[in-house]
Amino acid sequence: MSASTTLEPPPPATEPSSKNNSGSLSAYLGQNLRQYGMMAALVVIVVLFQFTTDGKLLYPNNIAALIQQNAYVLVLAIGMVMVIVAGHIDLSVGSVVAFIGGICALLISDHNVPWLLAVVISIMIGGLVGCWQGFWIAYVGIPAFIVTLGGMLLFRGLAIVLVGTTVAGLPTSFNDISNGSLPNALGFLGDLDGLTLVIGVVAIAGLAFSQIRARRSLLRNDLRVEPFAAFVAKLAISVAVIAYITYLLAESAGGTPIVLIIVGVLVLLYTFVMNNTVFGRHIYAMGGNLPAAMLSGVKTKRVNFMIFVNMGLLAGVAAVVTTSRAGAAVAAAGQNFELDAIAAAFIGGTAVSGGIGKVTGAIIGAFIMGVLNMGLSIMNVDPAWQMAVKGLVLIVAVAFDILNKRRAK
Amino acid sequence: MSPILEMRGITKTFPGVKALQDVTMTVARGEVHAICGENGAGKSTLMKVLSGVYPHGSYDGEIVFEDQPCQFRTIRDSEERGIVIIHQELALSPYLSIAENIFLGNERSKRGVISWTETNKQAADLLARVGLDEHPDTKIIDLGVGKQQLVEIAKALSKRVKLLILDEPTAALNDEDSAHLLDLIRHLREQGITSIIISHKLNEIAAIADTTTIIRDGRSIETLDMHGAEPVSEDRIIRGMVGRDLAHRFPAHTPSIGAEILRAENWTVHHPIDRSRTVVDGAALVVRAGEIVGLAGLMGAGRTELAMSIFGHSYGSNISGQLFLHGKPVTIRSVDVAIAHGIAYATEDRKHYGLNLIEDIKRNTSAAQLSRISRFGVVDAAKEITLADQYRREMKTKAESVDVPAGKLSGGNQQKVVLSKWLFAEPDVLILDEPTRGIDVGAKYEIYEIINRLADAGKAVLVISSELPELLGVCDRIYAMSQGRITGEIARAEATQEGLMRYMTMEKKA
Repeated sequence: MSASTTLEPPPPATEPSSKNNSGSLSAYLGQNLRQYGMMAALVVIVVLFQFTTDGKLLYPNNIAALIQQNAYVLVLAIGMVMVIVAGHIDLSVGSVVAFIGGICALLISDHNVPWLLAVVISIMIGGLVGCWQGFWIAYVGIPAFIVTLGGMLLFRGLAIVLVGTTVAGLPTSFNDISNGSLPNALGFLGDLDGLTLVIGVVAIAGLAFSQIRARRSLLRNDLRVEPFAAFVAKLAISVAVIAYITYLLAESAGGTPIVLIIVGVLVLLYTFVMNNTVFGRHIYAMGGNLPAAMLSGVKTKRVNFMIFVNMGLLAGVAAVVTTSRAGAAVAAAGQNFELDAIAAAFIGGTAVSGGIGKVTGAIIGAFIMGVLNMGLSIMNVDPAWQMAVKGLVLIVAVAFDILNKRRAK
Repeated sequence: MSPILEMRGITKTFPGVKALQDVTMTVARGEVHAICGENGAGKSTLMKVLSGVYPHGSYDGEIVFEDQPCQFRTIRDSEERGIVIIHQELALSPYLSIAENIFLGNERSKRGVISWTETNKQAADLLARVGLDEHPDTKIIDLGVGKQQLVEIAKALSKRVKLLILDEPTAALNDEDSAHLLDLIRHLREQGITSIIISHKLNEIAAIADTTTIIRDGRSIETLDMHGAEPVSEDRIIRGMVGRDLAHRFPAHTPSIGAEILRAENWTVHHPIDRSRTVVDGAALVVRAGEIVGLAGLMGAGRTELAMSIFGHSYGSNISGQLFLHGKPVTIRSVDVAIAHGIAYATEDRKHYGLNLIEDIKRNTSAAQLSRISRFGVVDAAKEITLADQYRREMKTKAESVDVPAGKLSGGNQQKVVLSKWLFAEPDVLILDEPTRGIDVGAKYEIYEIINRLADAGKAVLVISSELPELLGVCDRIYAMSQGRITGEIARAEATQEGLMRYMTMEKKA
């Protein structure tokens, strides 16, 4: 910082002691009600179903299945949060998943493209689809609702043209992406998969290390941190949850599902993008106040374009995951995926008006929906009722959010 | 006769600000009662309390209207009693007709079906009463501001108004429309309608008001009888409003002026939609290092348009002319390039164009120059907090920490965040558009001090303001604009309000 900007030496800090740097615990919880409300809701739902299903919900194999069944929502919800935070919506992702899934399957089965290369091509085609939609939205200025409504029809139509009804006969190695688990490379510890245990330990260590480092850095700079009790409690709960899930997965038939690694990497990557990069900042700035963002020098058209390119890339990933899970490309695949992703984002606390939303929130939202699905299925509830319950949960979650916001005013 | 309205001991607080403190006023039946006070004195807040915009319970004190205590919870409650407020920003629906607007929310209908004959007939009667010669079918968007104001009054009359509140009714009107409006208010007085008028135009108040209540810093200071034995002069009102000598409203400052930083020549801007309309016409201006230059002009003179077009063409179309920075010609066609060239523009409308109200102070502070705290596109969060906190202290922004959302701050503190944001961008040229609009008097003084410090740090500062005393008190040199042209340039020593006003009202030569 050049001397010319500093008007005068800043007055000595009035709140230098680190003791006063953290507010009271209750005040802290009040401010973060929204964030923890959804986590608490997830825990309550899990506990509830644990009782109603006689403990079947948390069977090790069910946990692995929960992740594998919902991987597509998790992937799509990440992109959808970014789209919604910027003030848009994307209705086309379900159709795009079917379209790209078809291309991927055709490349492998009809054109003998090695499956790994086909996966890369599929994701790139997702990016191209994003370019197409981003062009109309960002540079022509058509509302995203219209462009992606058009895209929903367009890509569903193309998917049917390409696939017919079904393209099957995909190699096992490809199908393992969504159905398989990491190999038991490190043997067993008792009846627990060694590799899964190692991954769990690494995750816990990584989490604890990064949290402690972030807190230290704040304290060192004499900045506000959350109350120590809240910090410890949060960390302890997170560690306990990861440890428990690790234990369950290690006990499951396969160990760690491969998609869990894919989803985990994407969550970490995009949390970083949204929190720590200029691109992420610009998305929040545009969603919060578009004219102000423009007058702050944000290249709004380019950012809008990139948001949809990114959504396309993630739709490509979701297409691969979905096709692999089904073991075939189906023209009707991906029905309502856009609605699942949008619902996950909103349940996870993304603001309908844009500007607010977190990747981790959408992941929690997706898991709330996933646990509901699984719990109700184990209880043999009619799918029609499952759908109705999910709809109610969406409304209640957003109502909670809005009432909470109103009270804060 | 008992007064129509009594407000006693009204106190209203917002987070961080006491907007009104023990305000008392009495309005006699059938009079025109003026409320005077500086921007931010609390006039509009008081009227919002009266009309139920701020519901009963959100303030202390009591309101007695026509001898009955009132506990309005919504605007509807107050309208049912015959209190109608017409806000500064008109609240008409532009694509609906005059008649539809007049009866909006109060439709002439039978069992839910609108009777158009009745609607148009009654609207025509009301239009005749306010002296507006337009067909009730005319769309609002086709009317000028003056006529829209009359439609608002017609709408108020349709609600059987007893007490009409007008908030700065003539601020956007030309002299002819203003005169017509004042005549109408007199005419309504003859029909027994009481009016409360908030205005900055003291000559109008002297002409029309029967009683004047002066509000300063959220308190009712005094009530003047305009027809008393002693005539009330404009100076007398000003003394009440200001409560101190003009000399002490502005911090003393000795400029040290350096080399030229910004120069615009033959700068012409057209309207962004109506490209044939010239908004800024051949303007030329210079701002030097360490110099505070004012830009005076009435509403619509093109000041904001000139500033925003210089700031990376963020306003206007078909922009021509030459811009120089540090004496070198530059072409700047987008905001990010303008910021990179060291130009900053702090908007007059901080809520809509300046701040992201749902984000916290630190993210607003860094928003215009993230490159300063990022490397390879990754933001250094610790550095951001440290720097944002440094600006918070420099600006004396009243907030617990930089984690507080901008929307929770008072107007003055929001303005300080806007200034922090543009200082964070490390500019050479700072354009401040109405930097003290809607800010209380104490905070204004602090903003003036900040402006002086900026100049002392060698920045070129261009201040746009509608308050002439402010320009006279702060600037080293003042340009006056009228109808898109720069019509005059006056050094501080020679500047007077009258002199400036002459340039500001100068007609375009045919």
